[in-house]
Amino acid sequence: MAHLTNKDFTSDQEVKWCPGCGDYAILRAMQKALPQLERNKEDFVFVSGIGCSSRFPYYMNTYGFHTIHGRAPAFATGVKLANPKLSVWQITGDGDALAIGGNHFIHALRRNIDINILLFNNEIYGLTKGQFSPTSKKGIKTKSNPHGTTDEPFSPSDLAIGAQGSFFARVVDTNPKLMQKIFLEAEEHRGTSLIEILQNCVIFNDKTFAPITAKEVKQEAQLIVEDGKAMLFGAENNKGLILNGFKLEVVTIGENGITEKDILVHNAKEEDPTLHAMLARMRPPEFPAALGIIRAVNKPTFNEGLLAQLEYEKENAKFKTVDELLKSGDTWEIED
Amino acid sequence: MDKTTKVVDLEKVVIKFAGDSGDGMQLTGSQFTDTSALLGNDLATFPDFPAEIRAPQGTVAGVSGFQIHIGRIDINTPGDIADVLVAMNPAALKANKKSIKKGGTIIVNIDSFTKRDLEKAGYENSPLEDNSFEGYNIIEAPITKLTRETLKDSGLDGKSVGRSKNMFALGIVYWMFNRPMEQTEQFLKKKFEKKPEVVEANIKVMHAGYNFADTIEALPSSYTVLSANLRKGTYRNVMGNQATAWGFLAAAERANKELFLGSYPITPASDILHELAKHKNLGVKTFQAEDEIAGICSAIGASFTGSLAITTTSGPGLALKGEALGLAIMTELPLVVVDVQRGGPSTGLPTKTEQSDLFQALYGRNGESPAVILASSTPANCFDWSYMASKITLEHNTPVVLLSDGYLGNGAEPWNIKSTKDMPSITPNIATEGEEYLPYKRDDRTLARELALPGTKGMEHRLGGLEKEDITGNVSYDGDNHEKMCRIREEKINRIANILPKQEVFGKEKGDLLVVGWGGTHGSLYSAVEKLQKEGLNISLSQFNYINPLPKNTAEIFNNFKKIVVCELNNGQFVNYLRMKNQGVIFNQYNKLQGLPFTTSELEDYFKTLLKN
Ligand SMILES: Cc1ncc(C[n+]2csc(CCOP(=O)(O)OP(=O)(O)O)c2C)c(N)n1
Ligand code: SF4
Ligand SMILES: [Mg+2]
Repeated sequence: MAHLTNKDFTSDQEVKWCPGCGDYAILRAMQKALPQLERNKEDFVFVSGIGCSSRFPYYMNTYGFHTIHGRAPAFATGVKLANPKLSVWQITGDGDALAIGGNHFIHALRRNIDINILLFNNEIYGLTKGQFSPTSKKGIKTKSNPHGTTDEPFSPSDLAIGAQGSFFARVVDTNPKLMQKIFLEAEEHRGTSLIEILQNCVIFNDKTFAPITAKEVKQEAQLIVEDGKAMLFGAENNKGLILNGFKLEVVTIGENGITEKDILVHNAKEEDPTLHAMLARMRPPEFPAALGIIRAVNKPTFNEGLLAQLEYEKENAKFKTVDELLKSGDTWEIED
Repeated sequence: MDKTTKVVDLEKVVIKFAGDSGDGMQLTGSQFTDTSALLGNDLATFPDFPAEIRAPQGTVAGVSGFQIHIGRIDINTPGDIADVLVAMNPAALKANKKSIKKGGTIIVNIDSFTKRDLEKAGYENSPLEDNSFEGYNIIEAPITKLTRETLKDSGLDGKSVGRSKNMFALGIVYWMFNRPMEQTEQFLKKKFEKKPEVVEANIKVMHAGYNFADTIEALPSSYTVLSANLRKGTYRNVMGNQATAWGFLAAAERANKELFLGSYPITPASDILHELAKHKNLGVKTFQAEDEIAGICSAIGASFTGSLAITTTSGPGLALKGEALGLAIMTELPLVVVDVQRGGPSTGLPTKTEQSDLFQALYGRNGESPAVILASSTPANCFDWSYMASKITLEHNTPVVLLSDGYLGNGAEPWNIKSTKDMPSITPNIATEGEEYLPYKRDDRTLARELALPGTKGMEHRLGGLEKEDITGNVSYDGDNHEKMCRIREEKINRIANILPKQEVFGKEKGDLLVVGWGGTHGSLYSAVEKLQKEGLNISLSQFNYINPLPKNTAEIFNNFKKIVVCELNNGQFVNYLRMKNQGVIFNQYNKLQGLPFTTSELEDYFKTLLKN
């Protein structure tokens, strides 16, 4: 197999997102990540719904399908079941996945079909010009709710964990290295991998993630978790998490007798999702936001289950051809 | 078994078994069907289930029925009205008052006509005691009592004893129609292989019923229906939904494709899903999705990836699939959508038949979005039409909507078994690796584009619902291009007419009255027209299976008749479609919206009036 580069994954279509949109960085990270998988280009399929984010497949020089609003998980499921050898990536927005497509989203996670879902969470409807979305912060004023929303927002991680998702990662559009790393690990993971990308929409919801991503705050406001490592963060890497009763707490090493040994060690493979959910819910200013692979547990996948049944039935079946089926059961002859 | 009564030969007869949902009437009816089929009768059957699964026992809402029409002549419908009714309780009698011929024979389980049973059925007094059924031949059989008596030493518990009552009724009817009981005995032995005591009990009760009928004097004679003049061949019974499923299996095998079904359960279409789900051994992948939308979307995903992809549903589900079907039209992917129609709008009449989704299939989408529309017309030919739908969709790369209905789907008839080898070949339209690939370049003749399947080297491309630029398939918002593409999509469908066989006429090609039907009404229309032809009337029938596009000779046929009447189980959808396509032609219409098929007698009456005026 020829070695591929990011150029091989770049299509000839002009990219049409607004200048400064976070989507550009995600596209570039993907185009750089895929060559590292050492797979043939024709084996990748990008499936999307509708939204600014869902234009993504047009810019990838792979097989792609820009489908209809909210339904991409179902298309991706069909692609994966029809040809399980393909590497299937679903691109979706917060409206696409969590409003109109909420049903398909939770069912994909529940089944644990082996696809990767990139949720571009900009907490707004971009394509339709700025209405609030199911992840918009409560009270936000938009054209469709000029007096401020009264909706409680969804937390994608809680939704994913509630749907028994086996893989949840979070990343910000300002960290291309971490994006690449997570994309590669998501592809390694067998089952539905959900990656929430905090993506800035410069036009309709600019800086909504600034409390997490702004240069001045990011070291204090981000905790990049790594499996098997102590959960430390901060400019001096001396802050960490401990469990105090049933609650997480931020502590500083050296203060109140805390040593590095007291800091929680991240275990992404833990089947019990309680701690994963707590980590994913953390938000500044009280906590840093958790980034990285928060949950990655091994579970049987839907596609493998179906294939195993198919193999078994083929080997043990009474008939192997349709003609044998048509003639099975009670039949009778009519003579001339 | 010796017969003590004289045997009368009948041309055809309609029998209806009716009882409480728990009385086993479907099984009783199927047993009678299978035995009659083995004797070489032609037949048609129709089950009539309650919409509620567990309606209160003994009530009219809980009555389940099974109607069978057998004959030594060609049988095309399950029959308008029964000659013989088996009513296991008062509710079954009440529910079927209109379904039994005046003067017909009614066998009732008299043990279930207690005061409580009558109350549950909403009778104040027993209808057998007032003159409600005067003129009918009522046979009061103590079925419960005699069943108990027969099994008193069997050691079976009361519940199991009660459950064998239906075998007593079956025994009576076997006697009446002079049928052997071996087939059912074999069936019971197989079904209850692990419970020999149950097998023995059921067989004993069936024989008791047979002997009861032979003994009592209430039955003046026993009838026989000789075997029909069916064409030479190997036969079996098939139900419409089963035949639809098998047609897809056959098509996938001939096209060398994997079959993928994405579906969500809905009456009366679920049996197609159930049937295909059984056949993983033949490589079928069935996916029970979270809703109808996911059903069709998963199928489109599988189609993009190279499967023969289908989705099955009924009216409410088709409504949900509209947007995705539009995507399949825009992306020009193969897809078959099966709509087993039921009464609508909304949830409507889930277990009753209707043909009212035609407009939805033709026009129920946003934008100019033409689809091929086909309709099956008999339970057995559901096989041919799902096969044809697959052939057209794979060769022309455009979605096909296949219309069936509850009456076809649940109806059964003998089928001269086809071999996949008898079916026309299928050549999927797929680009070969190595060519230069332009996703929207077309075949000059058919205007079909070629597919390139994920996994094929060098043919990576993107599809989507945004308008496509001609030839390249890139996104295009250009007005002229959009108009061109709309016209191409339309013309591509129209050109399919070039390969269709001629629309046929049953009867003379020219005449006084042409009866026009489409889809599932074939049996009733054919029976009525044939009868009137025999009476010497100048009447012909043309039943449509190709709805969009219409066969090319359609207009020509219409010009040859003085009068035309379009009959359909809706408020006039096909007739208005024909009016639009054949301006100037005058079409009469005959419509019925009762959740029931046409009866041949109502049709005959109507056609006669039309011929007179
Ligand atoms: C059936 C349907 N309803 C509504 C729309 C309009 N629509 C398109 S995208 C969108 C919301 C997109 O928001 P999101 O998924 O967050 O994507 P973003 O543009 O923010 O990336 C809506 C409401 C549509 N295309 N189809
Ligand atoms: S509207 Fe927002 S999300 Fe959409 S392209 Fe522009 S910046 Fe990006
Ligand atoms: Mg959004």
